[in-house]
Amino acid sequence: MSTANADHDHPAHLAHHFDTVEQQFDSAKLGMWVFLATEILMFGGLFCAYAVYRGNHPEVFLYAHHFLDTFWGAFNTVVLLVSSFTMAWGVRAAQLGQKNILVLMLLLTFLGGVGFMVVKAVEYYGKWEHATFAGPWNNAFFNEDGQFVHPDKLEDTVAYGAKKMDKKAHAVAHVDEELGLHDTDAERLVEKETQEEHAEQHEAAEAQDAAVAAAPGPPLPTDHSDFKPAHNGPGGLSDMFMEDGAAPEAFVAAAAASAAGHTFVTWEDLDNRQKGLVSQFFQIYFMMTGLHGLHVLIGMGLIGWILFRAAMGAFSPAYFTPVDLVGLYWHLVDLIWIFLFPLLYLIH
Amino acid sequence: MSVHFEHEHHVSPIWQLAAVLAVLLILTFITVAVTWIDLGGLNIWVALAVAVVKAAFVGLYFMHLRYDAPFNAVILIASLVFVSLFIGFSLIDTAAYQDQFEQPVISSDAAGG
Repeated sequence: MSTANADHDHPAHLAHHFDTVEQQFDSAKLGMWVFLATEILMFGGLFCAYAVYRGNHPEVFLYAHHFLDTFWGAFNTVVLLVSSFTMAWGVRAAQLGQKNILVLMLLLTFLGGVGFMVVKAVEYYGKWEHATFAGPWNNAFFNEDGQFVHPDKLEDTVAYGAKKMDKKAHAVAHVDEELGLHDTDAERLVEKETQEEHAEQHEAAEAQDAAVAAAPGPPLPTDHSDFKPAHNGPGGLSDMFMEDGAAPEAFVAAAAASAAGHTFVTWEDLDNRQKGLVSQFFQIYFMMTGLHGLHVLIGMGLIGWILFRAAMGAFSPAYFTPVDLVGLYWHLVDLIWIFLFPLLYLIH
Repeated sequence: MSVHFEHEHHVSPIWQLAAVLAVLLILTFITVAVTWIDLGGLNIWVALAVAVVKAAFVGLYFMHLRYDAPFNAVILIASLVFVSLFIGFSLIDTAAYQDQFEQPVISSDAAGG
């Protein structure tokens, strides 16, 4: 197919069932967009699972997301954005017939994929090390019939989570101090409003809590199993995600907030029902980032393929369709991550 | 028949691609910075709004949607509409029966609270 035939009255890359190069290009692109739409629908299933579990158990997500490292999540976001930029530049180079720039840009894009996967692998390894991996085999929070499957691992994992939380609390307090944030009226107002709203519903709980918080030692009560899970009713999206719609546990944490005035839900804040749900966060995290990571790998394979073809001089301003379509695929991978990053790493 | 396209395809200038990258990086910083400030329930919506703006920039400029046949954008938007419907109805549904649902509870000894 790639053998050019000078006698023919049409270019070698034009298939005979298309009238013009233009029509062929537009058809290919339309087909690619339909495929990308099915990709979005596939990821939509996982985003739905995420939304349902987070909507029902916001405090569990608040607790569990501290096991993820915001720095590496942000770092990988930057890596993917830059590789999307080099990919877009590569398409431009292909359109203009700049072969060397095209090869360079494809190479840089491929290296971006390598960088992303290396960071992801290090993150996954960390999850394995601290027993927060996918599935039942190495997740300290995994439970069956009301019993943790790996009770021996639980203490270390919880301690590790608390350590990460401490680190974040200090970082946030530091930033607040730098910016003078906790002195702003706006923040005080938001805090006051939130507390007032809660005060009515949870007066009793608050009183009990204040007593514990005032006492020295661990500032938070350790057992809230007597609290019923909050039920929001069919209040719709906003209610489900609003902090004031959260279970009392989230509020308890808010009342005994750190010096910076931030709400960090700790292991002790969770009741026995919620403790059993923590592993779900990790299952969702691994399914979402795993499927995304698989797409990064496939994208890298495709980029490697067009990199090889570009180096062989297969593309020209008249024919750059594969570069364009692989570019679209790579940008979609970037798009998915743009949503995954704040949803998984930046839960507030 | 011409070997070249009848309509010239839009070639993005490098400055435009670089400007889009700069905007995306700034928005990434903003989305991280927002978590340092407690906006109560607003935080998630700010994070999602920033993500949507970032996605729009990637779609319009990196994916050329702004210069493409509009039908490609229609396909993309249609898929997003259907995903929204799917998630929206699922959330309404789960909110409706959540309180009748018996959740497994970790036994007190096992929880080590």
